[in-house]
Amino acid sequence: MTSEYQAVIAEFEPIIGLETHIELGTNSKMFCSCSAQFGGDPNTHVCPVCLGLPGSMPVVNRAAVESTIRMGLALNCSIAPWCRFARKNYFYPDMPKNYQISQYDEPLCSDGYLDVTVPTENGPQVFRVEIERVHMEEDTGKLLHAGGAGRIHGATHSLVDYNRAGIPLIEVVTKPILGTGELAPEIAKAYVSELRDLMRALGVSDVRMEEGSLRCDVNVSLSRPGEEWGTRTETKNVNSLRSVERAVRTEMLRQADQLRADQRIILETRHFNEETGDTTSGRSKEEAEDYRYFPEPDLVPVAPSESWIEQLRGTLPEVPSVRRARLQNDWGISEFDMQSLVNAGALELIVASIDAGVQPSAARKWWTGELTRVANERDCELEELTVTPADIAQIEGLISEGVLTDKMARSVFEGLLEGEGNVTEVISGRGLVVVSDDNLLVEAINQALSESPDIAEKIKSGKVAAAGAIVGAVMKATKGQADAAKVRTLLLEQLGVKE
Amino acid sequence: MSDLTRQSAATLASAIARKEVSSEEVTRAHLDRISQVDERVRAFLHVDRESSIARAREVDQQLAKGELSSPLAGVPIALKDLLATKGVPTTCGSRILEGWRPPYNATIVDKLNAAGVVSLGKTNMDEFAMGSSTEHSGYGPTHNPWDLTRIPGGSGGGSAAAVASFESPMAIGTDTGGSIRQPAALTGTVGVKPTYGGVSRYGIVALASSLDQAGPCARDVMDTALLHAVIAGHDPRDSTSINEPVPDVVAAALKADVRGMKIGVIKELKGEGFQAGVLERFNQSLEILTELGAEVIEVSCPHFEYALGAYYLILPSEASSNLARFDGMRFGIREDDGKDRSVEEVMSATREKGFGAEVKRRIMLGTYALSSGYYDAYYGQAQRIRTLITRDFADAFSHVDVLVSPTAPTTAFKIGEKLDDPLAMYLNDIATIPVNLAGNCAMSLPIGRAPEDGLPVGLQIIAPPMADHLLYQVGSALESALADRWGGLLISEAPTL
Repeated sequence: MTSEYQAVIAEFEPIIGLETHIELGTNSKMFCSCSAQFGGDPNTHVCPVCLGLPGSMPVVNRAAVESTIRMGLALNCSIAPWCRFARKNYFYPDMPKNYQISQYDEPLCSDGYLDVTVPTENGPQVFRVEIERVHMEEDTGKLLHAGGAGRIHGATHSLVDYNRAGIPLIEVVTKPILGTGELAPEIAKAYVSELRDLMRALGVSDVRMEEGSLRCDVNVSLSRPGEEWGTRTETKNVNSLRSVERAVRTEMLRQADQLRADQRIILETRHFNEETGDTTSGRSKEEAEDYRYFPEPDLVPVAPSESWIEQLRGTLPEVPSVRRARLQNDWGISEFDMQSLVNAGALELIVASIDAGVQPSAARKWWTGELTRVANERDCELEELTVTPADIAQIEGLISEGVLTDKMARSVFEGLLEGEGNVTEVISGRGLVVVSDDNLLVEAINQALSESPDIAEKIKSGKVAAAGAIVGAVMKATKGQADAAKVRTLLLEQLGVKE
Repeated sequence: MSDLTRQSAATLASAIARKEVSSEEVTRAHLDRISQVDERVRAFLHVDRESSIARAREVDQQLAKGELSSPLAGVPIALKDLLATKGVPTTCGSRILEGWRPPYNATIVDKLNAAGVVSLGKTNMDEFAMGSSTEHSGYGPTHNPWDLTRIPGGSGGGSAAAVASFESPMAIGTDTGGSIRQPAALTGTVGVKPTYGGVSRYGIVALASSLDQAGPCARDVMDTALLHAVIAGHDPRDSTSINEPVPDVVAAALKADVRGMKIGVIKELKGEGFQAGVLERFNQSLEILTELGAEVIEVSCPHFEYALGAYYLILPSEASSNLARFDGMRFGIREDDGKDRSVEEVMSATREKGFGAEVKRRIMLGTYALSSGYYDAYYGQAQRIRTLITRDFADAFSHVDVLVSPTAPTTAFKIGEKLDDPLAMYLNDIATIPVNLAGNCAMSLPIGRAPEDGLPVGLQIIAPPMADHLLYQVGSALESALADRWGGLLISEAPTL
């Protein structure tokens, strides 16, 4: 933590709030039967309804309502016995009807909470984030700016792909999160991470963050202790866990600078720059855009019955925090270790690796060691690396068969990370073959012993620990392509020493 | 069979079924009639002679093979241009949709096709159904067949005029505040606004979603019932459509009996602002209903006086949102001068050029009424009045089976007469609007000509939601009593053009 950040915390109290949009993983769109699959050739997943053609009418996707209710229940919300959709009116070319069907003052789920765990100096701390509401809405189309740099400025024209228009979204809105102190960025990140895990556990979305299926708007304000809440800014479309954390921190630092210079904070949206980590000014919200919400007259109210809600409550899976406690116990690791691998984004990858046949300790070793280091170096998420749980299972298998040494395995990972192909391709590409010819190894051992007669004497005199030096020399001589354990056994045999 | 265009849809259908005449002959006769008179009436915006004939031949073949058994198979129809018709121009009476050919059919268009009904074309209307005279069409006004210098009512003036001028035996209209019933009254035809949710709205370009309802137009009650039965019913693509059996409107039209029924006269809808000749005919009809064995009593609906005000907040609010999609981006015209314009500039220029004055007026009213800080005072208050009006109806229906009133306060006025006075124009729907606000069903049927101008007068029958059959039961009883007096339908007195 920088001293600059410490100074901000010493002077100000942050208040944060998060609005998270997540695409639901339903087969069809929110209000029509078009495929809700990501991608596809532009404008192939479209029909009169999601194109907003005159005369077309929406019909609510029951599966989307079901997913939203389950999400609401998992977030400890109350489920409205009766609620309506509303139209949010504004003109934008990616929005076919020039209004978005959303929910306004009658959300389907409200007043819940989510407990998140963040690491502190005094060990992991549980923090309760209160949920204001969870509601349903439809996504917009996507603009592609042609000419220029793919941005709207400098573009010669823009094209619209309506495949995304009408994909069901749920929006989860927190209440203002108070009392976070210096942990504000970590709590924001832990919250989004927990939300993501929850959606995956519920099976309502696979939350492909790299495809933009989770988008977070980060609200931040600062105030001095005892003063009224400060003016907030809303940093839009923050699309990864790391970015959420960075956006909160950056905005805290920026606002503190402003406030210290006696400049007022402008109520505005801000854009987050993934590369620099900075936020830049967007649209002012001083004069709030008037969306002219009113109840959607083309849809009947949503009125989930008590029995349906209870039936859905019965389908809720193990809550991620309970599951984590179980895994921690199964693996025999400390809460601190568990928390750090969660923070590294390694939990699901480790579980997947174990499911693929890797020993828990080995799975943890790879994901939290070497791979986390590379991810940090590259400033990316673990899951973005070109190494999969299946790769780890394959490599571990080869190690136990004696085809690869530990050192060679590292080389295979290096190759995978460099994009040299799959495990087999990397092994053959890099010529990684274990030297298993005993004669060759014995020759190398004798060579090493003759170069260090003093160490040979030490070992003979019973100081077996000194064998390491000779083993090291042999490994060096064989360019790491020998099995160290085997070298050691042969060495001791050669000297007639027993362990 | 003598002049095919003078026959009812039921007569034509049975002649076609008995192979006395083909659908093609019937269709050609109507297309010829359109060629003769529509230059003067201007009921149609789009007629595609060749495809109508081709479709009629197809129906004839299906009938020959015994593949069709619908009671309206082979009969031609005119469709209000608010209905999406696949591959066929659909303008909603607006310049902004010029050239748009929808890639899909409205549900009721599919239903009509399945029933072997043959479309003659699309009819003129006030732009996006905003108006009571069809003068607000972007393509010029429609003329009333009874007097070509007069308006045929609106917004569905084209559909009503097509039926009244014998260009088509029946038509589809839509009714948001009276757009089927008021034109029916002014042209001496029959029109029904079914219960809200009784007919699918899918594919009907929305004006005010919570008020819009499509319905049948024809020259007599039985034809209207036959058409009603074809288009009604639940549609999974319109979640506001009612998932219940459709009342048997055809059986009710055949029953034609009001003995023992209680008929309520709405006190608030027969006094000030109503033309003397309209009231005279109305009172005469009440006497006939009494003679037929009904008990006619007066009821009060005290909140109806606020109906027009509430309507002109709810309708523009919903319309301002429904019409937002007309922005030049995906369909219709695009106003782009080729200079480096922003998307907002192109949207704005397109809407400026494409929309007429009445549409702009209502979009502005609605945008204002929904804006933050005004919502409760306008939209919210209007919804509360809506609830009170619904209660007025419920109270009234606890005493009577149906309610009646004059459909419109006056007979057809002159083209141009009220164009500069929107409020006077709006008042024409004073008797029809409460029905849309409450979601009830209602019919207008001709009850004679006003002595002072000789123009048709309509009577409105209102029934509770999903009691559409009562409209037909009462309507056909009154219709046959009047026909006995006149020696035929009123429409037979219309000029032959």
